[in-house]
Amino acid sequence: MIPRQLIIGVAFLLIGALGLTIYAFRMRGRVTQVSSEATDVRPVAAPAQGPPERVTFYVARDDAGVLHPQIVNIPLPAARQQRAEELLRALVSTYLDKNSTHPIPAGSEIRAVYLIDPGLAVIDLNPVFANGHRSGVLEEELTVTSLIETLTTNLPGILKVKILVDGKERETLAGHADLSTFYDAAAVAQLVQEMQTSP
Amino acid sequence: MPILAGSLTLIVLLAALPAGSADEKHISIYAPSASYSVPVADHDGREYIGLLELLEPLGNVSAKTDGPRWKLRFRDTDAEFIQGRDRAKVRGKEAALFRPFILENGRGLVPVAALSSLLPKLAGGPVTFNEPSRRLFIGNVATRFTADLSHTNPTRLILNFSAPVNPTIATEPGRLRMTFRREPVVSSAPTMRFDDPIIPSASYSEGNGAAELDINSTAPIMASFSNGNKTITITAIAQAAQATPSPAAPPVQAPGNAGAPPVSNLPAPGAAPIPTPRHYVIVVDASHGGDDHGVSLAGTLLEKDVALGIARRLRQELENRGVSALVIRDSDTNLTADQRAIFTNTSRPLLYVAIHAASDGHGVRLYTSLLPAGAPNNGPFTSWDIAQFPFIASSQSAAAAVAAELRRKQIPNRTLRTPLRPLNNVATAAIALEVAPIGTNIGDLASPPFQQSLAAILADGIVSARARLEASR
Repeated sequence: MIPRQLIIGVAFLLIGALGLTIYAFRMRGRVTQVSSEATDVRPVAAPAQGPPERVTFYVARDDAGVLHPQIVNIPLPAARQQRAEELLRALVSTYLDKNSTHPIPAGSEIRAVYLIDPGLAVIDLNPVFANGHRSGVLEEELTVTSLIETLTTNLPGILKVKILVDGKERETLAGHADLSTFYDAAAVAQLVQEMQTSP
Repeated sequence: MPILAGSLTLIVLLAALPAGSADEKHISIYAPSASYSVPVADHDGREYIGLLELLEPLGNVSAKTDGPRWKLRFRDTDAEFIQGRDRAKVRGKEAALFRPFILENGRGLVPVAALSSLLPKLAGGPVTFNEPSRRLFIGNVATRFTADLSHTNPTRLILNFSAPVNPTIATEPGRLRMTFRREPVVSSAPTMRFDDPIIPSASYSEGNGAAELDINSTAPIMASFSNGNKTITITAIAQAAQATPSPAAPPVQAPGNAGAPPVSNLPAPGAAPIPTPRHYVIVVDASHGGDDHGVSLAGTLLEKDVALGIARRLRQELENRGVSALVIRDSDTNLTADQRAIFTNTSRPLLYVAIHAASDGHGVRLYTSLLPAGAPNNGPFTSWDIAQFPFIASSQSAAAAVAAELRRKQIPNRTLRTPLRPLNNVATAAIALEVAPIGTNIGDLASPPFQQSLAAILADGIVSARARLEASR
């Protein structure tokens, strides 16, 4: 004969265990829901936009071997770092155009631009940009100076520029233009003056 | 002390240079249409070669895998190989492979030992395969040579080849070695004796797809090319020429070899120093080299080869004008920008000249270093990245002198600053030249007459800058 108190105690324990199981299942469902929300990689908003602004691109022209200033109106966001990225992405898109005067490989991208106080900008190119770039002293120089001068002209206060490829330092762009160094914005500005006229 | 330390650093760096692909096994193939090499793979201790890679430069070839069968079509010849079988079918007839055929990821590998019997059936015509030296001759393409010693002063050994050659030249005390990798050079005499105290003998050998000709000497010797690279003259350098030359020193030139780029066995990367080192006024740097081809200018024309050709000819033209010059990269070797700068800085020349080539644009682009706008303030120390800073005015002056000479000869030119290493690391006047064709034919860049006339103009420009460079120093 099983004592009555024991039966009642076991019944309470079973009810408690069942309740905890139901609670655990409900909590697990909530965790899954929270986790899926955290890992949702869909864009939460459209790319940063802003009112169209007048900026100067320094566009390379291979036929004459010159850099040519070109005024364009493009939408730019307010935040300085995003402005830098959008500015260079717009410049790169002109080089990717089929009628480009200085073609660069399809798929070339600006991965990011980092602005570090005081006065340092780091441009990060994607690997396609460098790996597929045409090799040559002048061709590479035109690309590097075009990126730097466009950035420093439109975002005052940048004194030095470093170019990375895929987040890493690289010796040259495509065998010639030095990427191991920090470019002095003032020196590049002087060089661009020289590069605006063909011989 | 800094020079000694720099020299030791250079020697350590050069000793650490990779041996490149010299140790890799490969077969050199010489055919009327192309000379090339294909790597050899080891399978079960036997040497195999990819048949598709071997045949591709010779004509239209395609292959299709069908289970264990590998069907090949070369020009109008069909062949079938079966994985693991030691016989193949070529034009419907059996051909012995001696070892099993290997099909590896769709790539057909045949035993190297089978090439002698297989290739005549596939390619037609005479095929000679020297298996120990891994050299394969398709058709009558061999280049032969004669060696004649002239007991003049200085002693000269004249090598006449039946076709133009462009060997890689390496030097060490007592020996000058010419390595012919692309040229089908052959010789029936392994040893040549000359009964001369300066150049007593030469020896010929073959191995791993290359032919080597070693000129043994008891004194420093140099090689000069002439006759459209069909003649190489080995000349003993007079002892007097090894001393530091005065501005009026006579040119060091192989007599009767106008138009020849000399190659000396005086100090160069990879070479041991000779007892009385020569001081060089100009250091010429042939850009790129080794597996760094630079720009592919057209077809098989590479920037590294054009740069080396112009550099050698510029050295000769400078020597002709009494200006001692050294080519840093005098063979198909890869040097880093740092090695080039270290070598230049320890040589302490008046001017460093880097040679590049390009297919775009016309004429010559002259470059000086792009340096920061403000003066550096490192106290008594010189930063490696801006070692060029104190010399930038001299560099611009040299570039202007060369540009003036180019203008005088109506060669299109342009002068710019550029972020091109090692210009900013060089502690003397330094310029770089990027040579593009004058007209529309890119092939001109490789033509000896074009290179020679350009080198002469550049040498005139450099000579005209010499006085100013010496004054600024």
